[in-house]
Amino acid sequence: MLETAFFYLFALLTLGGGVLMITRRSAVHSAIWLIVSLMGVAGLYLLQQAEFLFAVQIILYVGGIMVLFLFVIMLVNLDQAAKERQFVKPWWVALAVLLAIGGEFAYILRTNTGAFRFAVPVEQPPPAGGNTEILADVLFSQYLLPFEIASLLLLVAVVGSVIMARKRA
Amino acid sequence: MPVNFVPSGAEMLRILPEIILVLAGTLIMIMEPLTRPANKHFLGKFALASLFAALWGSVVAHANPGPAFQNMLIVDGFDTFFRILVIVVGILTVLASFQYLKREQSDSGEYYALILFSLVGQCVMAGANELIMVFIGLEISSIATYVLTGYLRDDKRANEAAIKYFLLGSFATAFLLYGIAWIYGLTGSTNLTEIRSALMDLQTSPSVMLVGTAAALMLVGFAFKVSAAPFQVWTPDVYQGAPAPVAAFLSTGPKAAAFAIFVRVYATAFDSISARWEPLIWISALLTMVIGNFAALVQNNIKRLLAYSSIAHAGYLLVAMTAHSEIGIAAIMFYLAAYALMNVGAFAIVAHFSRRRERYLQVEDLAGLGWKQPVTAGLFAIFLLSLIGVPLTAGFFGKFYIFKAALEADLLWLTILGLLTSAVAAYYYLRILVVMYMHEAGEPASTLPPPGAGLKTALWASAVGTLILGIFPSLVLDFAGRSATLLK
Repeated sequence: MLETAFFYLFALLTLGGGVLMITRRSAVHSAIWLIVSLMGVAGLYLLQQAEFLFAVQIILYVGGIMVLFLFVIMLVNLDQAAKERQFVKPWWVALAVLLAIGGEFAYILRTNTGAFRFAVPVEQPPPAGGNTEILADVLFSQYLLPFEIASLLLLVAVVGSVIMARKRA
Repeated sequence: MPVNFVPSGAEMLRILPEIILVLAGTLIMIMEPLTRPANKHFLGKFALASLFAALWGSVVAHANPGPAFQNMLIVDGFDTFFRILVIVVGILTVLASFQYLKREQSDSGEYYALILFSLVGQCVMAGANELIMVFIGLEISSIATYVLTGYLRDDKRANEAAIKYFLLGSFATAFLLYGIAWIYGLTGSTNLTEIRSALMDLQTSPSVMLVGTAAALMLVGFAFKVSAAPFQVWTPDVYQGAPAPVAAFLSTGPKAAAFAIFVRVYATAFDSISARWEPLIWISALLTMVIGNFAALVQNNIKRLLAYSSIAHAGYLLVAMTAHSEIGIAAIMFYLAAYALMNVGAFAIVAHFSRRRERYLQVEDLAGLGWKQPVTAGLFAIFLLSLIGVPLTAGFFGKFYIFKAALEADLLWLTILGLLTSAVAAYYYLRILVVMYMHEAGEPASTLPPPGAGLKTALWASAVGTLILGIFPSLVLDFAGRSATLLK
């Protein structure tokens, strides 16, 4: 019962934060609402007993990436952008598409309740050793290769952004 | 819990090409600041050497077939075929880039390092047996190519192309990732073999409708990467804006790897729901062929023309994919090899002809090239004839096997419409030939310097390859056929 209440609380934070983020005029406010939304997601992770993801979500997204966002927003002059009425005029098209796709998804999910194995609550004892340890074991044994190769992905991204951002020769 | 961290020696051999390429790319990055600007071309030569080493590595890996790293990768004939294919594309691209980069005064190590890293991503895609590896490989390859597209930073068009490619590409990858998440939710696994058995098992198989939705979401991501309609809009802008050697690379390497993983996922994991995805690919194949060929008719810019032609060729490949048979897969493999050679060749000529800042890109600029530089024009003619599908060139057998596979799968209408659109295609390729041989030589053709050694090697290698595949197709086709049989 309490868990359900918390679920709805965190879901409200996530969705409400998301909606407020895209509707605020000031970029700083948007960024702060995004933080709220990300915190809501972190809470959802915690409810799923994924402590590691919870911590990573807070440290990386809220602590690292969002602070960078705020820095950039404050460095770039956004006063002009705030005065613009709206970037995209035909917002009702977007709304119609959203409703159509949302309806489709709702229909598909409704007619196939229980098809997602993980959507069904499984009563099982929490595995010994805790979430973080198990994650580490899996990461360094079964998923060793993707884990290592992801570092190449990051390297390419860093090299790429440096090439794109360096001063013109 | 005791966990064995150390992979076995055989497993290391199975990812030898990737190891070589990553090491070489990293070494180039380290050497880059230590080389004087005049000596940057040595880095290119080093990249070339490492590509040949990786080629050798793929052969060594092929001698040790099997899964590696807990089924993350699988080394089989299919994997080896595409590894070799993308590495050869890399070699040709690097060869064609020497002169181009020197001319644009942008010779630097990062260019070569990014090509090597991009190839690592493509090799990973070719051998991935796990959706997580598919995603990581695809992203490594894509991010490197986004940057390569915008590599000439003073060029406005290149900037526009890079940002378009990046935004649309990231969006498409998000669809792919969402599809992967659905599949994980439905089958409890991201391993292709396990997904296959989960979907085959009639007792526990999840709802076909949901799996179909997931497959459709993933289709969006793959269709974008192979520039299949209706997700092809980015292709002309990106190929036009990217430096010509990069466009050569983009239109062949990443595309071949994307097709490899497209085929592997749909023909193995989603085999049991093929009735659901075949109609979708049928429609997409037809649309792609029609849009590509008809839009190419009205293009005057050669790079744009080749971009639309590249869309059309993706359409033919999708026809073979719709056939969903072993000979269809073999036809896809053969066609990709043929297409890679002729398309890299054609783009390399464009890179050479366009001159500094790519001034000469109109079809009319080629006027009289046939008389001013018979050899260059002759090689270009071979590539164009092969793109049309004239007998004795690789393109002919490529199309032949594809439509044969389609007929054997009773895709009569798709075959007829495909052949009709490829007849339309002959017009725009022949137009280039007509301009080259039958018009008075203009200033652009008269002032063309002879190609440098690297470019010459690339052109001759692709032309000879195109002809060999056109005269002795069984050399490649037999291997492709054997690998296709073993794919499942």
